[in-house]
Amino acid sequence: MKSVVHVIILTFLFFSTNATTIRVGNHQLFHTINSALLAASDRDTILVEKNVYFEKNIEITKQIILKGIDYPVLDGEHTYEIISIKADNVVVDGFKLQHSGVSSLVDIAGIKIYNKHNTQIINNILDDTFFGIYSQYGINCIIRNNSLNAHRTEEQQSGNGIHCWKSDSMQIIGNTISGHRDGIYFEFVTHSIIWRNYSFKNLRYGLHFMFSNDDAYVTNRFENNGSGVSVMYSHGVKMFNNYFKENWGDAAYGILLKEISDSYIQGNHFEKNTSGIYMEGAVRIDVTRNTFKNNGWALKIQASCMDIDLHENNFIGNTFDVGTNGSLVLNKFDKNFWDKYEGYDLNKDKIGDVPYRPVSMYSMIVEKYPSAMMLFRSFITSLMDKTEKVIPSLTPENLKDNSPLMKPLPL
Amino acid sequence: MKKIIKYVITDILRNKIVLAYTIFLLAISFSVFSLEDNPTKGMLSLLNIILIVIPLISIIFSAIYIYNSAEFIELLVSQPLKRKSIWLSLFVGLSSSLSIAFLVGTALPVIIYAFSITGLVMIVIGLLLTIIFIAIAMLATLFTRDKAKGIGITILLWLYFSLLFDGLVLFLLFQFADYPVEKIMVVISAFNPIDLGRILILLKMDISALMGYTGAIFKNFFGTNLGLIISFIIMLLWIAIPVWLSVTKFHKKDL
Repeated sequence: MKSVVHVIILTFLFFSTNATTIRVGNHQLFHTINSALLAASDRDTILVEKNVYFEKNIEITKQIILKGIDYPVLDGEHTYEIISIKADNVVVDGFKLQHSGVSSLVDIAGIKIYNKHNTQIINNILDDTFFGIYSQYGINCIIRNNSLNAHRTEEQQSGNGIHCWKSDSMQIIGNTISGHRDGIYFEFVTHSIIWRNYSFKNLRYGLHFMFSNDDAYVTNRFENNGSGVSVMYSHGVKMFNNYFKENWGDAAYGILLKEISDSYIQGNHFEKNTSGIYMEGAVRIDVTRNTFKNNGWALKIQASCMDIDLHENNFIGNTFDVGTNGSLVLNKFDKNFWDKYEGYDLNKDKIGDVPYRPVSMYSMIVEKYPSAMMLFRSFITSLMDKTEKVIPSLTPENLKDNSPLMKPLPL
Repeated sequence: MKKIIKYVITDILRNKIVLAYTIFLLAISFSVFSLEDNPTKGMLSLLNIILIVIPLISIIFSAIYIYNSAEFIELLVSQPLKRKSIWLSLFVGLSSSLSIAFLVGTALPVIIYAFSITGLVMIVIGLLLTIIFIAIAMLATLFTRDKAKGIGITILLWLYFSLLFDGLVLFLLFQFADYPVEKIMVVISAFNPIDLGRILILLKMDISALMGYTGAIFKNFFGTNLGLIISFIIMLLWIAIPVWLSVTKFHKKDL
């Protein structure tokens, strides 16, 4: 009986919501979005026809769906924040936002979420915005299939593409970001996923994590960013199946890990980076089934790292496999494929019989005296490497792979 | 002059050693490329050959050839020929025949297996190194009449350029580690043609690693067109200066 009453009440509620659709356009009743917003009530849909709108700031305080037809242009005239979302359950879909204001005091964004939840920002094109999409205390929001492009040249003068601050349960999916300071920026963001994004040619990092725990980023591509990807002061981060390519420069890394613990790096591809992974103060990290190809340094593991478990990775065509700065090694290397391995396999179990030492003496020297790069691949350095292999003195004794694979893993 | 060059070239090409050298290079290059499954690794091994073997063979072979043709040179000097043209035709003959050997032995496999910008740069550098070390050998032979001593000098010179110089650089690096020496390193590399050649090849080959801090300085200098032109001019100077010195020395020499 009770459930029947529930059903009746729900049906009543459903029909009583009475959601209407309001159209905005040159030949419609409403010519501006702001006037339509005034007239709208919760759960209404506002359809915006193709045009260029100079609305100054659009403040959404009602739970509405704002949808563009054929990408209407919202212009911020280099002064305003274009859309401010100050209500729950808002959907912004299919707009082209351009020319937001720039400020060094306020974080002006193309679209900004203020302390709200269940917001969806889908299929928008953002061009020349300061910050792109900004979530402040956003909860359970979806940012999907947006394309963000900025054209700044200086870090101080530019904002981040997708910027999340103190948010939770965010879904960042399928966005394309370029030309911003950081492509995707997370600070104090938890339980969120970053999936299938393409972040390239950003001034600083493709992806920047700070104090963001229990997040995952999966199947993203990070290419040609000023300094690669950086993950700092977080724990429980899962990094799966991403591509890190062509991040070049002395301080550029495929991934920079600083003070990270209990995290997973699996199935990623690192190609043509100056350093594939740089670890500093990283603890309990599982690095499995990754491919390191044609990097300057595949891995740089500082002596401050502990319990890093590296197994079943492919190291192919890297100039240096592993670089380190001290003799203390608290990490484990096991069953990786190293293309520089020169050992043999007598019992044919596909595992080399002599351990492989991925740190060469020359890489230790270069770590200490970067200018020694001038002697790279010269006769004297290869001579030194060979003697060091026979009698290790400078390279850390324990840094070795005891069971190197003879054939690369099919990854 | 043309006649002498022609004579020298045919004399050297008929010489079994150059033939053996060509076959040796050919065998190594082909085996290097067919043993390694990816051509990049083959190129790496070839890099070592170009930087070590080619200077060694060039310098020693030319020294021996000059000493062996001492009587022939004396005969030529007694003819109404300019000493300058005698010496230059010896140089041209030696360098063209060894260059042919290098091109057949190394450039051919590179073009077949790994034709790329890297390969092209490698061929050009190898060619330049061949000629540079011939020039150095010819200068060295003028310092002593004793064949054993002369060959000893050339071997020492090769050792210096391929090993001792780098050792000295490393020593200097350790001593001056606290100072910003990166830019000086670029200048120092000009004092050794092998180093210069190596850096030019590596800029095409190991670009990712060289993008580090010091590498970036190299890249900023050698990677630009101006830097490339300057470094090739320096390589050419490494040919011109020893040749010029040896010509003036040979001009005044009491045979």
